[in-house]
Amino acid sequence: MRFRFTDSPIDTAQARRELLDLGAGGYVSFEGWVRDHNEGQEVTRLEYEAFQELAVKEGERIIAEALRRFPVKHALCIHRIGALDLADMAVWVGVSSAHRGEAFDACRVIIDEVKHRVPIWKKEHYRSGDSGWVNCERCAAAPNHIHEHA
Amino acid sequence: MQLKIHYYALMREQAGRSEETLETSAGTPSALYGELVDRYGFTLLRDQLKVAVNAEFSDWGRALEPGDAVVFIPPVAGG
Repeated sequence: MRFRFTDSPIDTAQARRELLDLGAGGYVSFEGWVRDHNEGQEVTRLEYEAFQELAVKEGERIIAEALRRFPVKHALCIHRIGALDLADMAVWVGVSSAHRGEAFDACRVIIDEVKHRVPIWKKEHYRSGDSGWVNCERCAAAPNHIHEHA
Repeated sequence: MQLKIHYYALMREQAGRSEETLETSAGTPSALYGELVDRYGFTLLRDQLKVAVNAEFSDWGRALEPGDAVVFIPPVAGG
C-alpha cells in the first residue's frame, strides 16, 4: 500500500527503504510534526481519527495521480492515527526519483492533496483546557445563523 | 428502509455514538442529513460536509438503497 495508517510511531528508516530504486538519484521526504500552537491557542496534544476505508482509497488515488503527473520512481505516505504528543510525527511523505525537481514537486502535491481530500480529522487539546476539531468548530453554526469565514 | 450510519470526529461526539442502524424514509443523503440534524442537533451545515455511500464519495441526491452505509464527512484536517 502506498498510503497507510499506523497507530505507532512512523518508522522512517523502513519507509525510506520502500522507495529505493537503482534508477533513482535521490529522494525527498516531508515530515509533519505536532506543533505547540495553532490559531492563537497553545496546543498540548492531538488526536487523529480517520474514516480508514475511504481514506486509504483516496490516499492511494492521490499517490497514483502524482505518479502519473510526475516522472518519479516511487511514492509513499504514512499517517498516524490516535493520540499524539507535541513534536510527534503526524505524517510522512517520501518520493524517489531520477532527478530532484520532480521529487520535490510530487512530494509537495501529495502532502497538499492529503490535507485537502483524505477523510482524517484532528482534535486539538489546548493549554486552556478547551479542545476542538480543527476546521469544524470555528465555522460550525446552527442553521440560519449568519457567520463569517476567516 | 434500514441504513447503516457511521459517525466521525465532531459528528461522533454530537451524536453520542460512532454508528447505528436507522429505520428511515429519507431517500437521499441530503434528506437523511436533515433528519439527523433534527435528531442530534449537528452544528455543521450541509454545505460544509461531503458524503460517502458504501465507502465511496457520493452525490447528495443519490437514491439510497436498503442496507447502504452512509458516512457524513466533516471538514478534514489531516497532515
